[in-house]
Amino acid sequence: MLRFQARKVIVVLLVLFFGCGLAFPNLLSPETRTAIERGAPSWIPKFLLPTKAVVLGLDLQGGSHVLLEIDRADLVRSQVIQLRDDLRARLREDRISFQGGIGVTARGVQVRVPDAADRAKLLPRLRELAQPVGTLGAFGPSGNTTIEVLEQPDGLIQMNVTEAGANERVRRAVEQAMEVLRRRVDALGTTEPNIQRQGLDRILVQVPGLQDPQRLKEILGQTAKLQFRMVSDNQGGDVDMLPSQDAGGSLVPVERRVIVEGADLIDAQPAFDSRTSQPIVNFRFNIRGAQRFGQATTENLGRPLAIVLDNRVISSPVIQSPITGGSGQISGNFTVESVNNLAILLRAGALPAKMTIVEERTVGPGLGADSIQAGKIATLIATVLVILYMIGTYGTFGFIASIALLVHVCLIFGLMSVLGATMTLPGIAGIVLTIGTAVDSNVLIYERMREESHQGRSLVSALEAGFQRAFATIIDSNVTMLIAAVALFSLGSGPVRGFAVVFILGILTTVITAVTLTRMLIALWYRWARPKALPF
Amino acid sequence: MRLLRIVPDNTKFKIVKWRRLSYPFSAAYSILVLVLFLTVGLNFGIDFRGGTLIEMQSKAGRPDIAQIRSAANGLGFGEAEVQEFGSGGEVSMRFALQPGGEPAQQQVVVKAREAFASAYDFRRVETVGPRVSGELVQAGTLGVVLAIVGVLIYLWFRFEMQLAIGAIVGTLHDIVLTLGFFLITQLEFNLTSIAAILTIVGYSLNETVVVFDRTRELLRRYKTMSIPDLLDLSINSTLSRTAITSTTTVLALVALVIFGGTAIEGFALVMLFGVIVCTYSAMFVSTPVLLYLDIRAGRLDQAEEKAPAGAKAKA
Repeated sequence: MLRFQARKVIVVLLVLFFGCGLAFPNLLSPETRTAIERGAPSWIPKFLLPTKAVVLGLDLQGGSHVLLEIDRADLVRSQVIQLRDDLRARLREDRISFQGGIGVTARGVQVRVPDAADRAKLLPRLRELAQPVGTLGAFGPSGNTTIEVLEQPDGLIQMNVTEAGANERVRRAVEQAMEVLRRRVDALGTTEPNIQRQGLDRILVQVPGLQDPQRLKEILGQTAKLQFRMVSDNQGGDVDMLPSQDAGGSLVPVERRVIVEGADLIDAQPAFDSRTSQPIVNFRFNIRGAQRFGQATTENLGRPLAIVLDNRVISSPVIQSPITGGSGQISGNFTVESVNNLAILLRAGALPAKMTIVEERTVGPGLGADSIQAGKIATLIATVLVILYMIGTYGTFGFIASIALLVHVCLIFGLMSVLGATMTLPGIAGIVLTIGTAVDSNVLIYERMREESHQGRSLVSALEAGFQRAFATIIDSNVTMLIAAVALFSLGSGPVRGFAVVFILGILTTVITAVTLTRMLIALWYRWARPKALPF
Repeated sequence: MRLLRIVPDNTKFKIVKWRRLSYPFSAAYSILVLVLFLTVGLNFGIDFRGGTLIEMQSKAGRPDIAQIRSAANGLGFGEAEVQEFGSGGEVSMRFALQPGGEPAQQQVVVKAREAFASAYDFRRVETVGPRVSGELVQAGTLGVVLAIVGVLIYLWFRFEMQLAIGAIVGTLHDIVLTLGFFLITQLEFNLTSIAAILTIVGYSLNETVVVFDRTRELLRRYKTMSIPDLLDLSINSTLSRTAITSTTTVLALVALVIFGGTAIEGFALVMLFGVIVCTYSAMFVSTPVLLYLDIRAGRLDQAEEKAPAGAKAKA
């Protein structure tokens, strides 16, 4: 063990030096790092540049973490309505007579067709509507379909949305929603928002350094389904009674037929009305929307038009003249802030279904900065205390353990920077904790050396036996810790996961530094000092 | 320079005998924990209970707690828990889960902002809805169980079933005692607490494994030594290491408790308690458990035949 080849020494030193070098960018300010990244000549490989630093979690840099859940029932309801329309269309096309009408249940629709021949004609037509679910994976098509068609006694035919069909719809809706949310968050002009899917029906939005989380939530949570519909003269027939946004919230009868939808908008901008100087939103339609809108306003001159957002009537202006240019404005009871939000929402498009905020965690930038400051001080003091204690206990060997300890901390930061891992507040606690436990490997080795030397071994053989015998113990005790840490990592989220990362990396680096660096330093010390006995 | 030595060389403490004290003590404490658990209960944070937590800092001067409390209770979301903490005029408010599902929780934040935003900076806002909190409870419990099962399997392969059982008994003991710490101090029990408990699981096993590693080695070396003597020898020969490692860990954690800031103080305190408990239990709980498990039986003796020659030569 004590015969360390020069080549080996150089390799170990290089690896550790490079590993610690990876931590170096953390000492630079973010501005310096971007400046280096931009300004460096192109012949230097990217990985050599000190640009990758540890990512700070939202709890340290401040920001908002919002978890949204898509409304599954809402999606299934719209699927059922689609089924009802499809069924009605098929019944009409094939001139099939049915009893009673179309019944709507929670999961599907049903109709009673008394004639057996009609049923034989209808059933295959309905089964055509079912689509296979799932992508073609390693296991082939899953065999599930979006809907199931059942034939019950007494000529009752049921058409239900299957579990797989509902899941498929949720999956697609979440994908669409992620796109919409990304456009909305981008419009807020924040840096590096993180939007990711969680589970089947949830989306996690993380936005660092936001001053006003309330506005973020307003923008995220709104469905923003915009519709232009005519106000109806009577209350019967195909009419919805929708609440008005005006004070009082009176109900307005609105025709079910939608003239134009938000999807046909190509632009929306906040502005002020030139006459009343009220805040308004100016919008433009695409060609299809402009045509339809032009036609409807021509036909319904003098009648009130309802502008409906998420089933609330924002305003219902009377059509004064045909609007054929494809642009218009929405006025209503707006503030400057709410028109800004509305314009963002209209530009980004509507969510495919209602989404609710199921979890929110916001940390102000002040608290994050305080936490970092306190963490730095605690880390520094812990390091100093442990180093003093180790040197006090083991003298020269304690000094060697301290070097290993410092390298260990640098390696954690270096590895976290390269892996792009996130440093959180519990992560800082993890660093401080590993400062206490990292010397354990060294202590195990040193104590074993003492024992061996007390049993009458020569110095060299005691040193060697110390490493050899302690090694198994180091591995066993660290693997058990690692198992607990991995369990933590796989089940934790956010800040707790940050702690688990530090914990895992800390276990790895402490083993590595103990068996390579400590060993090498002791070998070098032995060659240099030529001691006769252990120095402790 | 004279170097520090906490533990003298060649100690011969009869530690296993101390189980006559340590076992009743641990048993009594465990019963106390059970009673407290059923009567007082853990002070669950919003992660597990759902609800809203708001931490705010006074923009000028000391916060008027009584005024905040009456204003918070007047918001119409039930009684709020209002506490001052830290030294910088920080106040925390907790609102229970509101009836009416997820959107109702958001109303709490909106109203609280309206009421307090003018005089206070909002430093932290967290709302957890009923569905998420239920899942977090599941994930947390699952994490602890998985960790224990994983370690049990590893130890079974690496050591023997008897030693694995001894280690797990010690670990469960440490979890129970740590829960007791939460119960007695009524420290908030949240996601970070689960992290603390899992870390304590790791540390507890680390401590026990170091002793058991020695036990295994001594079993091979001294075939005729009585088990109590052998266990005492295992503990005594690792005692110095145990003392030193515990000291460095405690030093680091004390630094964290004092300087780490209020946000991490709870975690650090629990860890500090846990490290002390783990050190105690490795010596006084898990190792004596081996007395009741026939550790000379089974493969340990056969393994001895295959042990490297060096181990025998030294005996």
